Amino acid sequence: MSDPVNPQNPCHSPRFAFPKWANYLLPIILLSLVGGAIVVPAVVMFGLSAETLATGYQPDQPVPYSHEKHLRMGLDCATCHNTVYKANFASVPSTEVCIRCHGPKKDAEGNEIKGTEQVHSNSPLLVPLHAAWNSGRPVKWAKVHNLPDYAYFSHASHTNRGIGCYSCHGRIDKMGATGTTDAVPGVVQVKNLSMAWCLECHRAPEKNLRPVNQITNMEWQPLDAKSLPAFAGLRELQAATTQDEAQAALGAHLKGKDGYRIRSKEYMQSCSTCHR
Amino acid sequence: MSHPTPQAAAVLTDRDNTGDDPRSRAPLITGTNDFTSVTDIVASIAERKPTLYWWIAFGGAATLCGFFFSLLGYLVLTGIGIWGNNQPVAWAFDIINFVFWIGIGHAGTLISAVLFLFRQNWRTSINRFAEAMTIFAVCCAGIFPALHVGRPWLAYWLFPIPNQMAMWAQYRSPLLWDVFAVSTYASVSLFFWYAGMVPDFATLRDRAKSRIGQFAYGVVSLGWNGSARHWHRFEKAYLILCGLCTPLVFSVHSVVSFDFATAQLPGWHTTIFPPYFVAGAIYGGFAMVLTLAIPCREWFGMKDLITMRHIQNMARVMLATGLMVCYAYAMEFFVAWYSGSHFEHSLFLNRPFGNHRWGFWAMFLLNCSGPQLLWFKWARNNLWVIMACAMCVNAGMWFERYVIIATSLSRDALPSSWAQFSPTWVDLSLLTGSFGLFFTLFLLFLKFLPTIAIAEVKTVLPQSHAHGHAEEAH
Repeated sequence: MSDPVNPQNPCHSPRFAFPKWANYLLPIILLSLVGGAIVVPAVVMFGLSAETLATGYQPDQPVPYSHEKHLRMGLDCATCHNTVYKANFASVPSTEVCIRCHGPKKDAEGNEIKGTEQVHSNSPLLVPLHAAWNSGRPVKWAKVHNLPDYAYFSHASHTNRGIGCYSCHGRIDKMGATGTTDAVPGVVQVKNLSMAWCLECHRAPEKNLRPVNQITNMEWQPLDAKSLPAFAGLRELQAATTQDEAQAALGAHLKGKDGYRIRSKEYMQSCSTCHR
Repeated sequence: MSHPTPQAAAVLTDRDNTGDDPRSRAPLITGTNDFTSVTDIVASIAERKPTLYWWIAFGGAATLCGFFFSLLGYLVLTGIGIWGNNQPVAWAFDIINFVFWIGIGHAGTLISAVLFLFRQNWRTSINRFAEAMTIFAVCCAGIFPALHVGRPWLAYWLFPIPNQMAMWAQYRSPLLWDVFAVSTYASVSLFFWYAGMVPDFATLRDRAKSRIGQFAYGVVSLGWNGSARHWHRFEKAYLILCGLCTPLVFSVHSVVSFDFATAQLPGWHTTIFPPYFVAGAIYGGFAMVLTLAIPCREWFGMKDLITMRHIQNMARVMLATGLMVCYAYAMEFFVAWYSGSHFEHSLFLNRPFGNHRWGFWAMFLLNCSGPQLLWFKWARNNLWVIMACAMCVNAGMWFERYVIIATSLSRDALPSSWAQFSPTWVDLSLLTGSFGLFFTLFLLFLKFLPTIAIAEVKTVLPQSHAHGHAEEAH
């Protein structure tokens, strides 16, 4: 080591093709392999998971619409998303739906318009909406909850069978407007919407079932069902003291033939149920 | 009768070692070879510049291989609609080629593992070859099912990897068993091949003149220094790998046959498939070893190491497994008749006389008739005849899979869904191109790696048995 040019040292003989540091290669390679075997799967598992990549998506919207404000005033989800009980698509409200309350005071030629609701109609925030109304081209809302085209999701078959808005969309009633100082600025994706997440409920739908008249209730709790007259005779539910017990009793009831006749586990997990 | 004269003994050590004279053991290595010359013969192939033959062969193979990969690119970008497969013949060239190539690999494993455990010393000259052939055949085989899935970028779905779709491999499907059978086979064969080469890599390392050669062979020889401890560990490891490989000879093609046997389709749904497929795989595999060994020993001066005795032994194995295959063909027809099943009857009449009859007769003539020449000694002594028989089997085994897969699918139990299969130019080109990949890999092996197990061959030289000679002297 101390005498790098000593010809007597066999390590410096030209017979050896490998420099002395090559001795360290094997442990380094082994360590890298072991490390890589831990790091690469971990990065893929967590870094590329739907939970990391999809949840928290909160795009900017062309109009700073606040769900929080509108629901606080007592509107129901289905007031604007009016196809949610009838169609696969819950309908992003058309311009006309907004205009029903937020009609402009003047038309494209500057003439006064009378006889429409004109809530906040002078607000500059509504300029894109009124432009859309005048031009006939829809507002370019950014889609937040976006399933792939090969997943045939139907809102109707979920809302009519006791899956509430909250189960997939979270507390929409707490979500404010984009670009504001609201606590939650804009609609945000709270669930990862991965196939595993879908299947989690398809394998055990009873954990999320609620009475259909409570679908849009954001503050619904399973124990609330105790006071509903429809469940007065449901003994397990009436005996429940915790939310989990109440949900178990309610879910088992709603899943069965007296409830929403939820399909068999086999059907719910079949590929062609969602991929046609 | 007189005792063998020295001349007679000299004749025996010459090129002709095919006799079975009980008075002296036929040598496995001919000529006047000793430890040094064996090393020289094998190592010099890797050391000297490639011959003109090699360049011509490599040029052709590499061109074909390039064509193959361009086609794969075209296929992936376009989709498998450019194949001739369609309902009801949903499996065609993709699966035929897969079974064809995976079958070829079996001779390698049989030679390396089973013949080792049975102390068939003649394997030493050809096992490296055969193992290399196995690896390269598995490479070719693996490509086809990966493309057959239709979206090769999703082929990882075949493996049980936790994923955001909560999707898991279907363990009840033989197609999944296939994934594990073939990947186990590929990895164990690769280890076996590599482990066997380590001492020979060290030989090449020690003889290498160029810095690159010293470095490359130095890395792959893993610091082998030929100490008794190294040899001890090496022999243990080799034996263990042999033990692991041996069941694979039988399991892999059995599992491949389950792809068909577990289906309900007449012509597939039969219990004879596993042994029938294994025999066929070894049949086709030995044909391919012969196809590769005969020209190589000629061009690379290895006639003393891969002798006529080796060639004839392989020809005999080919003949024997060929008879098993013929028996299986006959038994398929017998069982179809004996079953009393209308659908079986109609399918097995359809094979020789129906819409794909030329495929059946090609299979029958190439697999059952041609190789029967090998019963005759003159035929086993003539390399051209052996080569022709091997070629018959190479083609015949491909047609066997064609008959099983395409013919059966084209005539299922429901006449309204019958349809004729015809391959597209892409089907035919992919089959041809896969030979390009195979031969490119094989030619690179011939040039850069120890093509014959140098260390093992030395153990069958008379010089390794000094004790025996001492006894003779007394």
